[in-house]
Amino acid sequence: MSVALEVSGLEVAYRSARGFVPVVRGVDLTLAKGRVLALLGESGSGKSVTLRSVVGLTAREGARVSGRVRVLGQDVLAMDARRQLDLRGSQVGFVFQEPMTALDPVFRVGDQIAEVLVRHRGATWAEGMARARALFDLVQIPAAAQRLRAYPSELSGGLRQRAMIAIALACEPPLLLADEPTTALDATVQIQVLLLLRDLQKQLGTAVVFVTHDLGVAAEIADEVAVMYAGRIVERGSAEQVLLAPEHPYTRALLGCVVRGGYAEAPLVELAGSPPDLARLPPGCSFAPRCVSAFAPCGVEEPGEREREAGHRARCHLGR
Amino acid sequence: MLRYLLRRLAYVAPIAVGVTLIVFLLVHIAPGDPISAILPDDASAEMVAEARREYGLDKPLPVQYGIWLWRAAQGELGTSIRSGRTVASELSMAVGNTFILAVAAGLLACVLGVALGLVAGLARDRIGDHLTSLFTLAGVSLPHYWVAILLVIVFAVENPWLPPLGMGPDSSDGWRPDWAHLQHLILPAIATALIPMAVIARTMRASVIEALDQDFVTTLHAKGLLPGRRLWHVLRNALPTTLAVTGLQLGNMLGGSVLVETVFAWPGTGFLLANAIFQRDLPVLQGTMLVLSLFFVVLNLAVDLLQSWADPRIRRA
Repeated sequence: MSVALEVSGLEVAYRSARGFVPVVRGVDLTLAKGRVLALLGESGSGKSVTLRSVVGLTAREGARVSGRVRVLGQDVLAMDARRQLDLRGSQVGFVFQEPMTALDPVFRVGDQIAEVLVRHRGATWAEGMARARALFDLVQIPAAAQRLRAYPSELSGGLRQRAMIAIALACEPPLLLADEPTTALDATVQIQVLLLLRDLQKQLGTAVVFVTHDLGVAAEIADEVAVMYAGRIVERGSAEQVLLAPEHPYTRALLGCVVRGGYAEAPLVELAGSPPDLARLPPGCSFAPRCVSAFAPCGVEEPGEREREAGHRARCHLGR
Repeated sequence: MLRYLLRRLAYVAPIAVGVTLIVFLLVHIAPGDPISAILPDDASAEMVAEARREYGLDKPLPVQYGIWLWRAAQGELGTSIRSGRTVASELSMAVGNTFILAVAAGLLACVLGVALGLVAGLARDRIGDHLTSLFTLAGVSLPHYWVAILLVIVFAVENPWLPPLGMGPDSSDGWRPDWAHLQHLILPAIATALIPMAVIARTMRASVIEALDQDFVTTLHAKGLLPGRRLWHVLRNALPTTLAVTGLQLGNMLGGSVLVETVFAWPGTGFLLANAIFQRDLPVLQGTMLVLSLFFVVLNLAVDLLQSWADPRIRRA
């Protein structure tokens, strides 16, 4: 099995008035080439920070990052800044959540694609623009020639996100990191962009880490699912295992929150409480204060990760 | 872009008319009678009335305005009460001289201002930022004339390195870009450039910091772009605001040049204007103010157009 991404013992902490606050607390991940992993969780669970740390984007924000990250066999955190820059954009593509602000407002969209090819592939600007044209066709932007000359503010949100995807895929990277790429879009556009990403993934054989809080999106696109809570992965397995037979009460609670169209009588369960303050984590299991199944050991001892069936693991005292 | 250009041009026309009206009224409302300044103190009432008729000062104000505007539109700004030469010829020489000073000071202000602002913005909250910010804070706080006089004392009087007055060794033979003339330009250019330079630098610092804080900068890193290319993106984003402020500052420089030209006896529009005020030389005063304010209007138009070129979002606003 050849591995696209291997993360072990990743810890990320941000400086605050009360000292460093741990945001990611020992995350391990392995993703084979050509597979799609959905990283699920609420806001503040550390999923987005995990994703950005994988390509060294959080150290720039003053975060303290430790652990080991290997992208296509290369140790990212041990690299110097210049080699990280060589890796980003060419070996790893990145799609951000907000297409409104992630593109430079005063540069034409075509130039923002072409510059990646000029930088990484040694293309001339003419070659870069020709390739950008082809990429616009690939991400199904109509009237490509005209849209390449547009500024981001002249495009709709959906088109902007397609342009962002074109930038990320410009050098056909083996690994694509997508940080809630559909969250900021209208519902109908969300589905279009999601289906586009799924098709491109199949077509190009790209490995994808897809951060989302939307279980429906995860079910649609993922081969594997990892659920994050308070900076840790609390459950992981194949998409079927995690989404159809969740082991962790947190995953079950998330599934209970999903609105299922057509079933007016289906119970909609609210997940009570809010994610814990990472600077003052409770002893034992971080989810225990909100957990409906919590019992004696949960408030004392932090559960380790245990395998429930082949490939399906959860971090919970239940079902021992 | 063409539509934007036409729309902006349409705004300029009423502004220009308003400017002429204000210039005319200011001069006529201001206290002091120009006639008493040219005639001897013991002039008879008939001589005064004769002089008033000669200069058209006996007619009602709206008529005077109409006549003045009609002539001004044809480039005829009257005759100087003091020198007897036409205002147009006095102005054309003065405008040329001010232009030399303004170009030198403008270049100095833009280049230094943008460079200092960029350094401060990139070195945000570090020593490079603090040092440049201290310098630019001093720059915006010091008055033109004070700096001008200080420069003369330090670099011309105490240490006779540079000439304190005039445009060149011989004021009658025009200006040439040689050292004999350039050394006369150095001190006035520095004095004129200081405030605009400091304001441009402070604006540039703020714009660079604002641009660096935007999300797209993370995208630039995620794309693996090299520092030079990332800087180009940040610059292009910081530019529109800085451009706008630069244009206004170049306009304000005209105001500053009145003081600086007076201190250095630089025979430009500012010097002309100051003398016209002291001598109650009405035609010269009006003509100079008109030219300066119309120049200001044109400058603002140019800035708007440049800004819309630099930032496509402005065109559609």
